[in-house]
Amino acid sequence: MKQGSPWVAVLMWTLLSFFTLFPIYWLFVISVKPSIELFSTPSLFLTSVNWDNYIDVMNDETLRGYMLNSLIISSGNAVLVTTLGFFACYALTRFDMAAKESIFFWTITNRMAPPAVFLLPLYLLMTQVYKIGDFSLADSRIGMILVYCTFNLPFAIWTLRPTLEGIPRELDEAAVVDGASTWRVIYDIIFPLARPGVAVTLILTWVFAWNEYLLAATLTNFNARTLTTGLSEYVTTTGTAWGIMAAISMFTLIPALIVFGMVQKHIVAGLTFGAVKG
Amino acid sequence: MNRNKLGWLMLSPSLAILGLFGIFPFFYVLWVSFHEWNPFAANPAKIFNWAENYRYMVFDTPFLASLGATLAFVFFAVISEVVLGYMLAQAFMREFPGKAFFRTIHTLPLIMAPIIVGSVWKLMTTPSIGIIPYMLKHSIGYDLNIGQSAVAAFFVTVIMDIWHWTPLVTLSLIAALVSLPADPFEQAQIDGANSRQIFWHITLPMIRPALLATVFIRLMDAMRTVDEVLMLTGGGPGSATRYIGVHIFREVFPRTNYGYGSAISVVVLYITIVICWLLYVGLIAPRTKRG
Repeated sequence: MKQGSPWVAVLMWTLLSFFTLFPIYWLFVISVKPSIELFSTPSLFLTSVNWDNYIDVMNDETLRGYMLNSLIISSGNAVLVTTLGFFACYALTRFDMAAKESIFFWTITNRMAPPAVFLLPLYLLMTQVYKIGDFSLADSRIGMILVYCTFNLPFAIWTLRPTLEGIPRELDEAAVVDGASTWRVIYDIIFPLARPGVAVTLILTWVFAWNEYLLAATLTNFNARTLTTGLSEYVTTTGTAWGIMAAISMFTLIPALIVFGMVQKHIVAGLTFGAVKG
Repeated sequence: MNRNKLGWLMLSPSLAILGLFGIFPFFYVLWVSFHEWNPFAANPAKIFNWAENYRYMVFDTPFLASLGATLAFVFFAVISEVVLGYMLAQAFMREFPGKAFFRTIHTLPLIMAPIIVGSVWKLMTTPSIGIIPYMLKHSIGYDLNIGQSAVAAFFVTVIMDIWHWTPLVTLSLIAALVSLPADPFEQAQIDGANSRQIFWHITLPMIRPALLATVFIRLMDAMRTVDEVLMLTGGGPGSATRYIGVHIFREVFPRTNYGYGSAISVVVLYITIVICWLLYVGLIAPRTKRG
C-alpha cells in the first residue's frame, strides 16, 4: 500500500483526536464552570476555573463510600470472571466434551438479555431466595459481584477462548509426557503465554463493571451503592446539578483511566476476539 | 474419560453462576410472560392468560415502532462503527510519530460509563445550552433541536454510540491485522494487485472471523442499549429514540405491566439470539473449530 508522509497521518490523527476528546473536554468544562454560567451562551473556552464542585465531591463522605463500593465490586468481579472464564476456556479448548459448542454459545446468550426486565426477577431472587439467615444478596457487595457475572462472564469466556486456542496443544501435551500435572501445565505453560489476553479481559471486565448503572441502581439501596448510582442522585425533579454531576463523572473516569493505562501495551496482543492465527 | 470429568469440573463454577443469575431469572421471566400481572394494581395477583401477552404484542403499535427504531439504530450504529473502526485500524498499521499516544487517546471513550456518555452528550446537544446546536446555528445556520426533530434525535444517538464504541472495534481489528502473515500481501503486490483487490481478496477473508466476532459483540450490546439513550433523550421526542430497552424501562414498567414487559423481553431475547446464532453458526464457528 502507498506510504504517504507520516506527517499527514499525524495531522489526520490530531484532527480526529479533537473529536474524540471533545466530549471529555466538555465534561471538564461543565465541572469547573460556576453554575450560573452553564445556562448562558455556550462558549468553547473557559473564562474562569472554579474547583468548588471537586471540593464538594471530595468532602462528601457518602460519595467516598460509593467509590469504595465501586472499587471493591468491580475489582472483585473482574478477578472472579477472569479466573472462572480462564478455567472454563481451558476446559472448552483442551477437552473433547460433548456439546461444548452449544455450551459456549449458551454462555454468550446471557449477555443478550434486555437488562430492564431481568431487574425484577433478580431483585426477587436476591431478596427472597438467595439468602442465609438474615443475610441476603440484595444490597450487598458480594451480591453485586455475582450479578455482574451475567454480562461479564460471557465476555470473559468470549475473549479468552481465542487466546487459549492460539496456544498450541503440543506444548501442554509435551509437558504431560514429561510428567507434569494438569495444574502445573496451566500454571507454568498456559497462564504465562495467555497473560496478554488475561490482562485485557481483566481490564475490560473491570471497566464494564465499574461503569454499570441499571442493575446497581435497582439492586442496591444503601450498603452497596456504586459511584454511577451516585451520579443519578443529582438528577432530581427540580433540575439537575450538572456541575456536581460532571465532577463526579471526572472522578469515575480517573480510576478507569489509570487501570486502562496499565495495560495499554497488552491491549492489542490480548484482544483477539476472532482467533486469527498468524 | 477421567480428563473430561476434570473439564466439567473446571466449567461448572461458570455454569453454576450463569445458571443462578441467568437461567433462573430467565425462566421466571418466561413464566411471568404468560400472566397478566400488575403488582401495584387493585388486584396484584398473577392471572394466567395463556399467550394473550404475545398475541397483544403482534398488534401493539408502540412496541412494533420501538422494535423498528431499535433495528434501525443497531443497523446504522454497528455498520458505521465497523467501517470506521476498520479504517482507523488500517491507519494504525503504518508507522508515524506519536502512534502509541494517538492510540491511547482513541481508546478513551471506551472507558466512560454509558450513563456519563449520555449526560455529556445531552449537555452538548440540548438546544439553547448545548455547544453543538449553538455552533451549527452560527456556522451553517442549521437548527439542531433534538427535543423536536425525531430525525435529529435519532442520528445524535447513533453518533453518540459511534463515538463511544468505535474504539472497541478499532482495537480488536488492530489485534487481528497485526497477527496477519506478511507473505500473501507481498505476493499480491508483486503480482500487481491494487489496494482494492488486496482488500477484497486477501485482507477481508483473513480477518473475517475477527471482524464477525466484533460485529457480534457490538450487535448484542447495541440491541440492549439503555443507559446512554435514557440519559440523552429519554426516548423522545415522542417515541423516536425509544429503543426496546428504553421502551421496556420507560413505558412498560411505569404502567407496572410486568407480564407484558416480560413477554417483550422474551421476544427480543429470542430475536437477538437468532441473529447471533445465524452469524455464529454460519460464519464464525466453521472457521475456528480446528486450530
